[in-house]
Amino acid sequence: MAEEEASRPFAGLSDVSIPEDIPVEGDISVPMGANKRDDEYSTLDEPVKETILRDLRAVGNKFIHVLYPKRSSALLRDWDLWGPLLLCVTLALLLQGGAADSDDQGGPQFAEVFVVIWFGSIIITLNSKLLGGTISFFQSLCVLGYCILPLTVAMIVCRIVLVGGSGTVSFVVRLLVVTASFGWSTFASTAFLADSQPSNRKALVVYPVFLFYFIISWIILTFSPSH
Amino acid sequence: MASPNDLQFQEFDEAADLLSADPEATTLSVSVTSTRAGGEDVKLDLTDEEEGLPESLCYSSKNLLGGQKSQGGFWTFEYYESLFNVDTVQVLDRVKGSVLPLPGRNFIKHYLRSNPDLYGPFWICVTLVFSVAISGNLSMFLTQMGNPAFHYRPQFHRVTIAAVIIFMYAWLVPVALWGFLTWRQSADRQVKGYSFLETVCVYGYSLFIYIPTSILWIIPFEWLRWMLILVAMVISGSVLVLTFWPAVRDEAKLIAVATVVAILLLHTLLAVGCKVSGSQ
Repeated sequence: MAEEEASRPFAGLSDVSIPEDIPVEGDISVPMGANKRDDEYSTLDEPVKETILRDLRAVGNKFIHVLYPKRSSALLRDWDLWGPLLLCVTLALLLQGGAADSDDQGGPQFAEVFVVIWFGSIIITLNSKLLGGTISFFQSLCVLGYCILPLTVAMIVCRIVLVGGSGTVSFVVRLLVVTASFGWSTFASTAFLADSQPSNRKALVVYPVFLFYFIISWIILTFSPSH
Repeated sequence: MASPNDLQFQEFDEAADLLSADPEATTLSVSVTSTRAGGEDVKLDLTDEEEGLPESLCYSSKNLLGGQKSQGGFWTFEYYESLFNVDTVQVLDRVKGSVLPLPGRNFIKHYLRSNPDLYGPFWICVTLVFSVAISGNLSMFLTQMGNPAFHYRPQFHRVTIAAVIIFMYAWLVPVALWGFLTWRQSADRQVKGYSFLETVCVYGYSLFIYIPTSILWIIPFEWLRWMLILVAMVISGSVLVLTFWPAVRDEAKLIAVATVVAILLLHTLLAVGCKVSGSQ
C-alpha cells in the first residue's frame, strides 16, 4: 500500500473537491477591443471638416458674445486664442497700405501692430493678476483679444469710408465710428473682467484696458491712405 | 514716545494721552481693507515727527509674521504682488498729493507710509509716453493745417523715443539718487534712508503733472506752452524737493544744496526735452 502511494504521489488527491463557498478571486482581463468604448470622445477619426468647423463655431460663438456683451462666463470658461489671433492679423493687414508705409516717419508696420496688441494684452493681464485678480492668464488674454472685434469692424468701415474721400466729412464719420467702437470694446471687456477683481481695485484694472483700446483706436483713426 | 513693543494692542483712550504728551505728532490712522480672500488686513500707522520712523503694523490673516512686504526674493511673483497692494482710493490720494505739494507734507512719509507701489509709477509713465507722443503729433498737425503741401503722418517713432527717455528718467535717476543717499548715510543718523522703491515711487508720481500739461500743449500758443511748462516744473520739482530735503539737510550745506539742484536740473531737462520734441 505504501508503495502504491509512493508511486502515485497525487493519488490521495483524486477525491478531494473544492467546496463551493470558498471565493476564488482574481481578474482576468483580455486587452482587446476595450478602447472601442471611447469612440464618442475620440476625435481622431472624424472628418477634417468637422474638426475645423467645431473650432470655427466656438470662435463665432465668442464673437457673438462680444457683440452682445452680457455677464456670461462663456468667454472665460472655454478660452481659446484663435479668435484674438485672427482679429490681430486682420487688423494688422488692414493697417497696411497707408501713405506712410514707404517712409520711416510713418504708420505702423505689421509687426508693430502685432507687438502692440500682444505685448499690451500681456502687460494688462500681468497687471490684473498682480492686483489680485482671480482670472487666469490665458483667460484674460482671450477676453482682451476678442474685444478687439468692434475695433476691427471700425477699421473695415474706415477703409470703406476712405475709398470715398479723405476730407473733413469722412474724418468726422470715421471719428464717430471709432469712438463708438472704442466705447463698445471697453464696455465689453469690462463686463467680462470686472467680476474677477476685488471691488476696491476695479478702477485700477479698468484704466489700463481703457488706455490699451484708446491707443488702438488712435492707430486706427490716424490711418491715412496712400494717394 | 512709546517703544515699538508698546504699540501692539493699543486702546483708543491711550491715543489721547499720546497726543497730549506730544501734540506735534501726526495722526493715527487705521484703515481696514479686505483682501481678496476675505481676510482682514488691519494697518496701524503711527507717524512721529519728521525724524521718526514710520511704524506700521500689519495684521493679516494670511500673513501672521507681521511683515510689511517682500515675501520672498525679487524673482518670485509674491514679491511683485506686494508692490501692487494698493486700492483705487490710495492711488488717487497719492496722485492728488503729487499735484498739490503742501509745505509740511513729505510725500514719502505722508502718502506712501511704507507701502510704496509700482502701479502708479508704471502706468503714469506709460500714459505720459503716449500723451506726449499723441499731443506732439496733434500739435504738429494743427500748426501745419493750412499748409497745402503738408501731408499728415502718424509719426509712431515719437512713441519709441518718448518711451526710452521717460522710462530711463523714471528708473535711472532714482537709482542714482538712492545710491548717493545711501552712500552718504552714516550709521548714527536718525533719519532712516529712503528705500529704493520709495524713491522710484516718488519720482513716478511726480511725473503725473506732466500728463495734463502735455495734453494742454496742443493749444498752439507759445506763451501758454512756456507758462504751462513752468507751472508743471514748479509743482513737480517742489514735490521732489519737499521729499528729499529732509534726507539731505543733515549733510554739509554744499552737498545738500548741490543734490537738490541736481534733482531740479534733471527734472527741468526732462520737461524742456519733452517740449522741444513736441514742437518738432
